[in-house]
Amino acid sequence: MLKQTEGSHATAEAIALCRPEVICAYPITPQTHIVEGLGEMVRLGQLKNCEFINVESEFAALSVAIGASAAGARAYTATASQGLLFMAEAVYNASGLGLPIVMTLGNRAIGAPINIWNDHSDAMSMRDAGWLQLFAESNQDSIDLHIQAFRIAEELSVPVMVCMDGFLLTHASERVDIPEQAQVDAFLPRYEPRQVLDPGEPVSIGAMVGPDAFTEVRFLQHYKQTLALHLIPELAAEFSGRFGRNTGGLLRTYFADDAEMLVVAMGSINGTIKDTIDEMRADGFSIGLVNIVSFRPFPTEALRRLLAGRKHVVVVEKSFAVGMGGQLANNVDLALRNTPAAPQVHSVIAGLGGRSITRTSLHRVFRRAVAQPWEGAHFLDLNEDIIGKELHHVRKVRRSGPTAENLLRRLDQAAQHAAAE
Amino acid sequence: MTDPTATATANQKLHFYQKGTFTVGNRLVPDTERSVQASIDRSNALTCGHRACQGCGEALGARYAMDAAMRATGGNLIAVNATGCLEVFTTPYPETSWQMPWLHSLFGNAAAVATGVAAAMQVKGRKEVRTIAQGGDGGTTDIGFGCLSGMFERNDDVLYICYDNEGYMNTGVQRSSATPPTARTATTPAMGPEPGNVFGTGKSVPKIAVAHGIPYVATATVADLHDLERKVMKAMGIHGARYIQIHVPCPLGWGSASHDTIRLARLAVECGMFPVFEAEHGIVTSSRKIRRPVPVAEYLKPQRRFAHLFKDGGDSQRLGHLQAIADRNIVEYKLLEPEEEAG
Ligand SMILES: Cc1ncc(C[n+]2csc(CCOP(=O)(O)OP(=O)(O)O)c2C)c(N)n1
Ligand code: SF4
Ligand SMILES: [Mg+2]
Repeated sequence: MLKQTEGSHATAEAIALCRPEVICAYPITPQTHIVEGLGEMVRLGQLKNCEFINVESEFAALSVAIGASAAGARAYTATASQGLLFMAEAVYNASGLGLPIVMTLGNRAIGAPINIWNDHSDAMSMRDAGWLQLFAESNQDSIDLHIQAFRIAEELSVPVMVCMDGFLLTHASERVDIPEQAQVDAFLPRYEPRQVLDPGEPVSIGAMVGPDAFTEVRFLQHYKQTLALHLIPELAAEFSGRFGRNTGGLLRTYFADDAEMLVVAMGSINGTIKDTIDEMRADGFSIGLVNIVSFRPFPTEALRRLLAGRKHVVVVEKSFAVGMGGQLANNVDLALRNTPAAPQVHSVIAGLGGRSITRTSLHRVFRRAVAQPWEGAHFLDLNEDIIGKELHHVRKVRRSGPTAENLLRRLDQAAQHAAAE
Repeated sequence: MTDPTATATANQKLHFYQKGTFTVGNRLVPDTERSVQASIDRSNALTCGHRACQGCGEALGARYAMDAAMRATGGNLIAVNATGCLEVFTTPYPETSWQMPWLHSLFGNAAAVATGVAAAMQVKGRKEVRTIAQGGDGGTTDIGFGCLSGMFERNDDVLYICYDNEGYMNTGVQRSSATPPTARTATTPAMGPEPGNVFGTGKSVPKIAVAHGIPYVATATVADLHDLERKVMKAMGIHGARYIQIHVPCPLGWGSASHDTIRLARLAVECGMFPVFEAEHGIVTSSRKIRRPVPVAEYLKPQRRFAHLFKDGGDSQRLGHLQAIADRNIVEYKLLEPEEEAG
């Protein structure tokens, strides 16, 4: 059914169609509207046979989901940013126990400084936690990926995190196609757990494992992710056959066939990048796009095949490992390891804490990658002026005060100065 | 079936006990009131072969509690375990001592995981299957406290059992919020002018549980296993959030002899340091009366964790402070007042 609705609500409707049996809710912007929507559906009896539990923390939210999942119920929760960090221990636990929980991450920056706006630092903080991580480009993607997420999770017995950009998607009202219940039921069978707590067949789950088997347990976890590299495209194809929409499987491309430069990105920024590519191609610039849908498992092989033989790869990402650089860029580098005639990889960090990524800036940086390539990470639209001033201040004054507040004051002063002129 | 609660209360009033144990012996009661443990039908939910230290109060308490809960539910029981001694000594991979469905997730989330299990049973239409969460005092009164309080406040259908050995034993005996003042632990060494744990304000989680107004709260002790079983059975007959804290001496952490576990547990009750009581819906309904009052020193002295209190003529000031804590419990829980006649 086509309708104009907010991304969070569309996502909530998609999750309801997946018939979750236990939903754990804890508020954090920008994810909150999703669980609120689900709560309403449970109250109104539109989502039947579902326990909606208001917990006291994100740590509890995922813990309740762990208990529910281990006891054989389809479990769902959602969070963002600080909430994901607060549940970090349970994030690793859920994957270690092989529980097919689905969680939405309304991507948001991590503090300090506290910031409610979008970037991908939250998702990246848990990139090695053993969850699958799928990134939605649009709200339609969010709907479609959530439905596939439950199926993937349950077929492999691994948890799946569906990442949707905070505000840019969660709060954006777009026209989406919400599938029919019968369609979803046909795609997503009832949850038949591989291991379950049942007095009829008692098992111990979560035992201590020593050095004698820990490596093997971890290897099997890793192996499951390699299975996901095949399963995700297979299910995307099946989904496309049933629903008429293609989420791309592991990745999607745009004018990638002949491009000398390929941009690599994740999430909603792909829309802006595609517009930029259209404009640049009109100017005769040979450029295309690889939109990574599955960050975990990372589509190393598929990416290598796509990138090999290009001149330039520009990775645009909304997160970075402090002191190291962009995580996506590092992963792309890894995909190209030992590739003969590997392209030059240029790393761009953009959109941190909700800063807009404009087409103008993208144009500039894509051209610069050819004309004036840089080493390491390039921070798009960095305000070098206030950075210089702050560094100067810190060098001069020992008790130099809190950085974030200093920068804000400087920005304010600059704005007042500009207004006075 | 007769109400085991009523009979047990009646038994208490008789004030007869087996020589040296203070517990009502099985041989003295009719078959129907004999302990779960005495029955060949007991489930052995926590069976032999585990790796607990000799004389471990926690192993004993858990075995009695689980078998009682298994009987009360006809074996329809799932247990969630916090990280800690009980978890570690029962499940050395690839072995397990649990003859019941059992899940260990993390140290601080047992109450929440149990909520999830209970919710799953509800939604799956398996209402006969009940859920227990269990953990040590550290996993309960410290790191798991948020999840515990959340589970209480929502009145989730979970019985939470805390095995209180007054310290983080699994990691080598560190101080928890349940560690008594002056006790020596690895992080409150018996050094300096005030050796051992500090005199804080104390943190009675049973009382905090009572303050949540949940349907049932009780404390119990391995010194009275019949009472412990009765309380667990009673708790399983109630729906909603329930809490039982069981006092379980730890020979390793307390520096006590393995054969003294029961004796110490009993002395803790008899001196007033560990009040044994029951509460329903926010109101304390009964307490186990002290039968033979003893000074706290008698309880503390056999434990090496308190040895510094008795050196060089004894630390009378701080012993007095501990005695005052016990005396306050005696007043608060009416531990020396005669049993009220049931109306
Ligand atoms: C988040 C976290 N912090 C710390 C630990 C280390 N740890 C494991 S068991 C334990 C002590 C458990 O103490 P308690 O809950 O009292 O149980 P006991 O071993 O005394 O029975 C600690 C500190 C952990 N596993 N997880
Ligand atoms: S350290 Fe204490 S609680 Fe742990 S197994 Fe030994 S006696 Fe039991
Ligand atoms: Mg302990």
